[in-house]
Amino acid sequence: MKLNKFSMLLAALLVLSMTLSACGSSKEEGGKDSGESGSEDKFSVAMVTDVGGVDDKSFNQSAWEGLQKFGKDNGLKKGNGGYDYLQSKSDADYVPNLNTLARRNFDLIFGIGFMLAKPIEEIAKQRPDNHFAIVDMVVDQPNVASIMFKEQEVSFLAGVAAAMETKTKVVGFVGGMESDVIKRFEAGFRAGVASVDPKIKVLINYTGAFDKPDLGKSAANQMYSNGADIVFHAAGATGNGVFSEAKERKQQDPNANIWVIGVDSDQYDEGTVKVDGKEYNVTLTSAMKRVDVGVYDVAEKAKNGQFPGGQTITYGLKDNGVELAKTGNHLSAETLKAVEDYKNKIINGEITPPGTQEEMEKFLSDLGVKP
Amino acid sequence: MAKRVTKVVIPVLAVILGLLVGALIMLVSGYDPVMGYQALWQGIFGDPYVIGESIRQITPYLLAGLAVAFAFRTGLFNIGVEGQLIVGWFAAVYVGIAFQLPAYIHLPLALLAAGLAGALWAFVPGILKAKLGVNEVVVTIMMNYVALHVTNALIRQVAGKDMTERIHETASLRVPYFEQITDYSRLHGGIFIALLAVFIVWFILERTTLGFELKSVGFNRDASQYAGMNVPKNIVTAMVISGFLAGLAGAMEGLGTFEYVGTKSAMTGIGFDGIAVSILGANHPIGVIFGATLFGALKYGSLNMPNPPAEIPEEMISIIIAIIIFFVASGYLFLWLYEKFLKKKGVK
Repeated sequence: MKLNKFSMLLAALLVLSMTLSACGSSKEEGGKDSGESGSEDKFSVAMVTDVGGVDDKSFNQSAWEGLQKFGKDNGLKKGNGGYDYLQSKSDADYVPNLNTLARRNFDLIFGIGFMLAKPIEEIAKQRPDNHFAIVDMVVDQPNVASIMFKEQEVSFLAGVAAAMETKTKVVGFVGGMESDVIKRFEAGFRAGVASVDPKIKVLINYTGAFDKPDLGKSAANQMYSNGADIVFHAAGATGNGVFSEAKERKQQDPNANIWVIGVDSDQYDEGTVKVDGKEYNVTLTSAMKRVDVGVYDVAEKAKNGQFPGGQTITYGLKDNGVELAKTGNHLSAETLKAVEDYKNKIINGEITPPGTQEEMEKFLSDLGVKP
Repeated sequence: MAKRVTKVVIPVLAVILGLLVGALIMLVSGYDPVMGYQALWQGIFGDPYVIGESIRQITPYLLAGLAVAFAFRTGLFNIGVEGQLIVGWFAAVYVGIAFQLPAYIHLPLALLAAGLAGALWAFVPGILKAKLGVNEVVVTIMMNYVALHVTNALIRQVAGKDMTERIHETASLRVPYFEQITDYSRLHGGIFIALLAVFIVWFILERTTLGFELKSVGFNRDASQYAGMNVPKNIVTAMVISGFLAGLAGAMEGLGTFEYVGTKSAMTGIGFDGIAVSILGANHPIGVIFGATLFGALKYGSLNMPNPPAEIPEEMISIIIAIIIFFVASGYLFLWLYEKFLKKKGVK
């Protein structure tokens, strides 16, 4: 009797733990012989991902693409003395992974994501002769370069595009965890929308996770059902659920006016949907955050002996660190013109998109919108 | 006697079988299993740093496994170890930051806070089970989510961002001497607390009236009631002690490994792994040492497998661990079939 209950619970439990730990796993074919090729004099770089993994279709992947490009441009091979990455499966893995790469003598080691800030700080203190860089967070150590992005600038433009294109005058924002970075996305987006038309309603939903497409899907479902025709997501893999909801609606009615604005990378391919042999696409545009550009740039600087240790480099619209994707030509000429106008205004400092809750509230109330 | 032997033999066989099947999978997918297991071995015992980190990884598993085992001996399935661990982690770090006290008060206070937070979290399903007969499995699972999101909100409230500051050194479990001998690994003094907990749990279960009553309730609730034991009280006691242990596991992370707490987008997994640790250890305190060591070592050692020269994806180790649990679980099934088979034979 007891055995029965036990095994039943065990089965239930195993299913549970499997689903919980079944997030992003990579199929990286690292089996090729990279060996210890004689490239001692070459500049080598490596990175540690956060728990999202290297194929998250988001900033980890983007960073790895930047490193791969850097490797290719400099004739490096994957592996020791070239370029490489290590994935982290839990928060506890960051420190050992960083340490392993330091012991493998990489000249510059990147930590991708704010979760690695404390681990990098710790290792940087222990290994003052090694060079590190962190994305999305500032770490104040002489041997750490901090790479930041002005997400609010590009999401402002995304907001402008959404406001110009919406027919229902209702748009949505789906966020991941309520972190500083995602807040910048939200603040910029709402400010952009309000700048075009303060009367447009913006629905906000924070799902609390970056790895739960089901939550993204139900959030998007609610928004579309409540009249939104464009939903902007800044939620990593959770945002994949936003895409699947939009595509399902498109499948039921190919004429439906349903759009998604992607994030981090150009998510045009995510939005492709086939209905009766005809291809449609629901990706209006994407608010691209070029982590690859930042990573490449810092690697290049370090290679030339100008490692920006102790400094914070912020990439914005001005240096193409963030930009709005135009794949698919879904934006009208009028919209493109408005986007271009606002872009210029942001670059020459006429408009400063808000980056925090307080700044956003002030920005919106100046426009007469209740935040 | 024979039963005791099978209790030891089954997990050991399961582990060996799991490793063999793991090797087979590596072979099939075109990796060198010898290289793979060598990298794994090096990742666990290769040098002082990894030995330190392996022990560091084992520490919370010990306490999480104990928490599950303790509840299980009373016939309760505490799947809420995960949530109790998370609130314990937060409570420990909060005390570590908010107060400034001498170390001999600060550290015990932080540990106590973690234990009490975990105990409180386990008290809810305990009292519901005892008074209303609500299934503790459902309640503890749900309490995990409550814990995750409540602590996330509290961290944001307290720290104003996604991560707290570091705890004061007076609350830290880290020992400079350990850092010295293990090349700056995060090995901390918590391992002694965990081992002490193993002994205390063993003592309670095997040498005290309380332990006898708890186990008795686990064997047969009605008979215990009939014998005059207070069953509801025992259920609550078991859950609270289990939760206290889980909270301490959180303190290992908060005061030792990380020394801070950050918002989480998902469960840590330590609590769930604790269930497997407990099962591997046949729900016995001493067995938990075996289970935790194996689990922690595999988990940490696997981090070395993607590095040259092995270059095996670390996902492989997840498969191996899953297979080991699978074999242990089905081991009980084998035992059951085996006993049935024997009985039939006996009749004949």
